[in-house]
Amino acid sequence: MSKYYLNYLDELESEAIYVMREVWAQFQNPVILFSGGKDSIVVTHLAKKAFHPSKIPFALMHVDTGHNFPETIKFRDDLIKELDARLIIGSVQESIDTGRVAEEKGKNATRNALQITTLLDAIESNKVDCAIGGGRRDEEKARAKERFFSHRDDFGQWDPKNQRPELWNLFNGKHFEGEHFRAFPISNWTEMDVWNYIAREEIAIPSLYLAHEREVIWRNDSWIPKSEFLVIEDDEKVETKKIRFRTLGDITITGGIESDADTIEKIVLEVSAMRKTERGNRSDDKRSETAMEDRKKQGYF
Amino acid sequence: MSINNNQLLRFTTAGSVDDGKSTLIGRLLYDSKSIFEDQLEAITDTSKKKGHDGVDLALFTDGLRDEREQGITIDVAYRYFTTPKRKFIIADTPGHIQYTRNMVTGASTANAAIILVDARHGVIEQTKRHAFIASLLQIPHIIVCINKMDLVDFKEEAYDTILRQFEEFSSKLLITDVRFIPISALLGDNVVNRSENMPWYQGAPLLHTLETMHISSDLNKVDARFPVQTVLRPQREGFIDYRGYAGRISSGIFRIGDEITAMPSGFTSKIKSIQGPTGELPEAFASMSVAMTLEDDIDVGRGDMIVRSNNKPDASQDIEVMLCWLHNESAKPRAKYAIRHTSNEQTAMIKEIIYKIDINTLGRKMDDSSLNMNDISKVRIRTTKPLMVDSYRENRITGSIILIDENTNETVAAGMVV
Ligand SMILES: Nc1nc2c(ncn2[C@@H]2O[C@H](COP(=O)(O)OP(=O)(O)O)[C@@H](O)[C@H]2O)c(=O)[nH]1
Repeated sequence: MSKYYLNYLDELESEAIYVMREVWAQFQNPVILFSGGKDSIVVTHLAKKAFHPSKIPFALMHVDTGHNFPETIKFRDDLIKELDARLIIGSVQESIDTGRVAEEKGKNATRNALQITTLLDAIESNKVDCAIGGGRRDEEKARAKERFFSHRDDFGQWDPKNQRPELWNLFNGKHFEGEHFRAFPISNWTEMDVWNYIAREEIAIPSLYLAHEREVIWRNDSWIPKSEFLVIEDDEKVETKKIRFRTLGDITITGGIESDADTIEKIVLEVSAMRKTERGNRSDDKRSETAMEDRKKQGYF
Repeated sequence: MSINNNQLLRFTTAGSVDDGKSTLIGRLLYDSKSIFEDQLEAITDTSKKKGHDGVDLALFTDGLRDEREQGITIDVAYRYFTTPKRKFIIADTPGHIQYTRNMVTGASTANAAIILVDARHGVIEQTKRHAFIASLLQIPHIIVCINKMDLVDFKEEAYDTILRQFEEFSSKLLITDVRFIPISALLGDNVVNRSENMPWYQGAPLLHTLETMHISSDLNKVDARFPVQTVLRPQREGFIDYRGYAGRISSGIFRIGDEITAMPSGFTSKIKSIQGPTGELPEAFASMSVAMTLEDDIDVGRGDMIVRSNNKPDASQDIEVMLCWLHNESAKPRAKYAIRHTSNEQTAMIKEIIYKIDINTLGRKMDDSSLNMNDISKVRIRTTKPLMVDSYRENRITGSIILIDENTNETVAAGMVV
């Protein structure tokens, strides 16, 4: 075979860098939506490469539910310092305090849905015209039809039936005042690709992804970490388990899996043998068959 | 790890409703172990609710709620699977007559197209349409899967007839690599595993074909083209004079020292450095995202194209394209549109509709000057400033354009330079 071909990770990397540069060229005030999870960390890493030797030109926007893993926040602040980038925080607590949203009640209450309002408010008040996310099409069936450049109307909503066709690599980011776009540079990556890339590039990630001992309870088919926000029922038992997290969301709903994978290499091996999707451990997606689609239409990540 | 040398193959699937496309994709994903347990449980439940016996693999590819309710696929959905040999991206497009635009979209980036034919029905109008679109979009490899072989007793004659029918009409199309595989998507014959029911078939099963077909020459390696996306000016310690032209190489190979011309200005220089995703490189080639610096301080910006001086594209304000209309609002005569070609954007006007393709007969209609959704027509376009184009046949990146309606900002058409 000729030496002039790219392997699949290089191909995905170049594609993502291309998307990021298009965003920079087509929008006035783009930001990266930074959750502290591995996907947004990979997106940030790719942004660094796309603009090297310039520093990363995007601010990082974090929607802070207040129900965070402390490790996530520390990781975020260290990264911001290293990149010398600007951090924009949208606070769900503030949205609750100002009456923009009401806290859910009950044992399965989460702040997940509340994030939508906070996110859209932060996008509007910071005049953001494109928010770059780490969404991948393999994550969930409603994402399978997502574009690289995804148009949102002036209510921040996604209309799956009225998406702009996207051909070749010609992205149309034209929009009217008040509308914004979401851009997904790693659309074509799978969970496995992300882990292989993290391993190859030796990208730092929060220690939560690696197996560690933690106090947890068994709920909704996964190990939910004990935290100050968790309401523990009488029939639920706190145990200490060696677990790791496959995705990081709110501490109240992110379930861990039992695992001994305490290095990236071991995670790569574990993920390749895995028989359940990563979102399978998130109770936010379990509410109905179309839970993700419904949230996406309203303006979710 | 050896998997890290594996290539990425993008393919699209086309077939009429009920030819078994969803079943085939479900089968590929299932037999290659790309369906997770929780996804399988979900579709097993749904299959039961709908009263199917067994698991309906087709359900796995049904995306959004509206479709689940209507039971049809209405847009392009992307699926992923990886084998020890390759990573695959499937652009899953529906087969309805009215959805030419979806197939065109899915085909635009594909290395290969799978065209499904029902063994009982043979080549039908819809098959011809799909083959035509695949050739129009210059998909390098075509695999005709003759499905439901179980319903024709796995007989070789059924396969032979369809092969002959297909070759007969496709000789008029520009298709270079076409293969035929008899399969049963439902039972799995010749999808991942070789069929024991069809010993007369000597070729490889579908998955093996996809895993081994030669794709590294799908990209043009001859004509060096580098559309500039943005200019990097770090203006910080150590990089005060740095001016890097950032973009993704459309085609060809660039090396340090190459004599280049910036188009449309015509200024010339030499390549001083190439920054790839992993550091400085002596050379870079198609589909890599890089940043180049030049020996001379010439004026280059977004929309310009850096090319090797001894091999330039046409710079033209008048181009002929095969245009596929994508929007439900028809084209307005002599209206202005924004035209996007690589990183370049100009204003354009459709000056003349030369002919329209009759998608049923694949003949030309000379007297029809309307452009409606799903129409494919040859048109002449005039732009306000020159575009640096190659013919689509030679270059899928520098030979393609889209039109945008500036009143609505919608993408309304896609075109291939003739
Ligand atoms: N007997 C038989 N039936 C098949 C085969 N492939 C698909 N089918 C059936 O044909 C019908 C339509 O299949 P589906 O995959 O939904 O078609 P699509 O509309 O092309 O996606 C379903 O009832 C399938 O079970 C096959 O190889 N043999």
